[in-house]
Amino acid sequence: MAEVTGTTWTVYDANVMTQADIYGRVLCELGKKDPRIVALTADMAHSTKIGVFGEAFPERFINVGIAEQNAFGIAAGLAKAGMVPFVSTMSVFASMRALEQVRTDICYQNLGVKIIATHGGISFGQAGTTHHCTEDLAIMRALANMTVIVPADGFETANAVRASLGVPGPVYIRLGRGFEPLHYASEDYDFQIGKAVQIADGSDVTVICCGVAVYHAAEAARILKERNGISVRVLNLHTIKPIDEAAIMAAVTDTRRILTVEEHNVLGGLGTAVADVIAQSGKGCVFAKTGLPDCYSEVGYPEDLYSHYGIDTDGIAERVLALLGKEYEADEDWEDEV
Amino acid sequence: MPLSPDEIRALQAKARELRCLMIDVTVWAGGAHIGGSLSAADLLTALYYKYLRIRPEESDWPDRDRFVLSKGHGGVGLASVLADRGYFPKELLREFNHFKSPFGMHLDGAKVPGVDASTGSLGHGLSMAVGMALGARFQGKGWLTYCLLGDGECNEGSVWEAAMAAHHHKVDNLITIVDRNGFMIDGPTEDVMGLEPFADKWRAFGWGVREIDGHDYAQIGEAIEAAQQAKGAPLVIIAHTVKGKGVDFMENAVQWHYGSVDSDMAARAKASIAGGA
Repeated sequence: MAEVTGTTWTVYDANVMTQADIYGRVLCELGKKDPRIVALTADMAHSTKIGVFGEAFPERFINVGIAEQNAFGIAAGLAKAGMVPFVSTMSVFASMRALEQVRTDICYQNLGVKIIATHGGISFGQAGTTHHCTEDLAIMRALANMTVIVPADGFETANAVRASLGVPGPVYIRLGRGFEPLHYASEDYDFQIGKAVQIADGSDVTVICCGVAVYHAAEAARILKERNGISVRVLNLHTIKPIDEAAIMAAVTDTRRILTVEEHNVLGGLGTAVADVIAQSGKGCVFAKTGLPDCYSEVGYPEDLYSHYGIDTDGIAERVLALLGKEYEADEDWEDEV
Repeated sequence: MPLSPDEIRALQAKARELRCLMIDVTVWAGGAHIGGSLSAADLLTALYYKYLRIRPEESDWPDRDRFVLSKGHGGVGLASVLADRGYFPKELLREFNHFKSPFGMHLDGAKVPGVDASTGSLGHGLSMAVGMALGARFQGKGWLTYCLLGDGECNEGSVWEAAMAAHHHKVDNLITIVDRNGFMIDGPTEDVMGLEPFADKWRAFGWGVREIDGHDYAQIGEAIEAAQQAKGAPLVIIAHTVKGKGVDFMENAVQWHYGSVDSDMAARAKASIAGGA
């Protein structure tokens, strides 16, 4: 693996490093500058790569063993004492095993604890459903004070981890297991928490997505344009909360067809958050959600699972075509309204 | 240095005053966790009037000692002590539990000056206290963290996660006290979910243990001073107390875990407190 010391990542580095690898390195870089940063894990130092920070700053690293509730409780206490804790474990444990500590100790007290949750969604597919996490976005967005981010790839992970330091309250960043394809070519693009990134413009339909779906949506948009002459807008909605209402409503106004894609139950996550915005606007559009159809996930390699649930390039392209076949209710006054 | 007889007499008098205020607040609130507040009253009095290094006029003084009321349902007791100590006017306590009051049964640190951690869900406080103590260590600060647990609360597995971590990480700038009043809502702790051998459990987790009478100031003082000097391992003070202590008709009566008090009852309660030692 190439040694990465600075803030610039080459495509080579990012291709051979997982999101978590990059997270570990970025955290080290931040830890050098900011002595308030402390890292915690629950026997996941290696799996989540937070151990990279532990090797660099052993005096600011706490492994609590397999005891997630305690990890988040201690993090709350550290934040109360003036530190900036980063806590890493698998997303299924961060969002469910330790949920009450995250809610009551961290969010209720509005503490600046940064939760970097790995193995999100079905990214650890072969591990089985106990180690999948297709509920965390729904859970985390229901917690007042929480910021919820799902980076598209390793570069966006680096941006999100850096940006999280600027948020005074709690932040939940959901990563995959690694080995996800890269969408970005570098960290150098306009990443702001709460601002969707438009990665392809289009006028026929908009795909709103996060995480690994961003790469696949961008591919699908390219293929649909080349093969079918369809103009697909793609929004990388990396921040689920606070949500970028302006970008969503611009997409509704401009394309009137919206497909959401997420590695999550279709209930409560990105798709639901987008639907909330649209419903409250009073505007109508054709709308569909792609993700896990309110079921527990199958076992398998992630690529097979993404294909099964329509979160890959072919699946997204199919669903876009289906969406184009649907009509929204005719509304002759639409132009006046917008 | 052991507490002098004069100090002990003054603390006892203060505790009688505070117990009466807790009764008043229970009346104003329309009901409160009075039993466990009275059992902890002497421990709170010793901490807030003798041992905690605090500045009530500057509640967020960075170098203050921290106090985590892990048994968060003791909020009516802690709020009474904080008011008397000068963190906010006692008059505010008349709104306890009322609409938009800063005071609910379980105190919110964002709303009540002097509350270092918002607690209420049992089994959370010791982890937060361990985090605070580690935070002091990381920053080279000399302030101490005190944590008061309920005994029934020690059914929660998360308490033992924190106990394991405090020993493993040699957290010795933490002073943990358990209010061992022997009762939880559903009855005596040993009937609902037995804790004994309780001291042995803590010892098995690597902690030093002091067992004391939690209403005897000489013993409370001696144990806290020993815990302040602990090196290399955490120390827990198991304070044997009487639930409802000081009010004859509330003592060891499980129905006073949470109860309402009318003015007649309050008068009887205060007479009992005044007649006590």
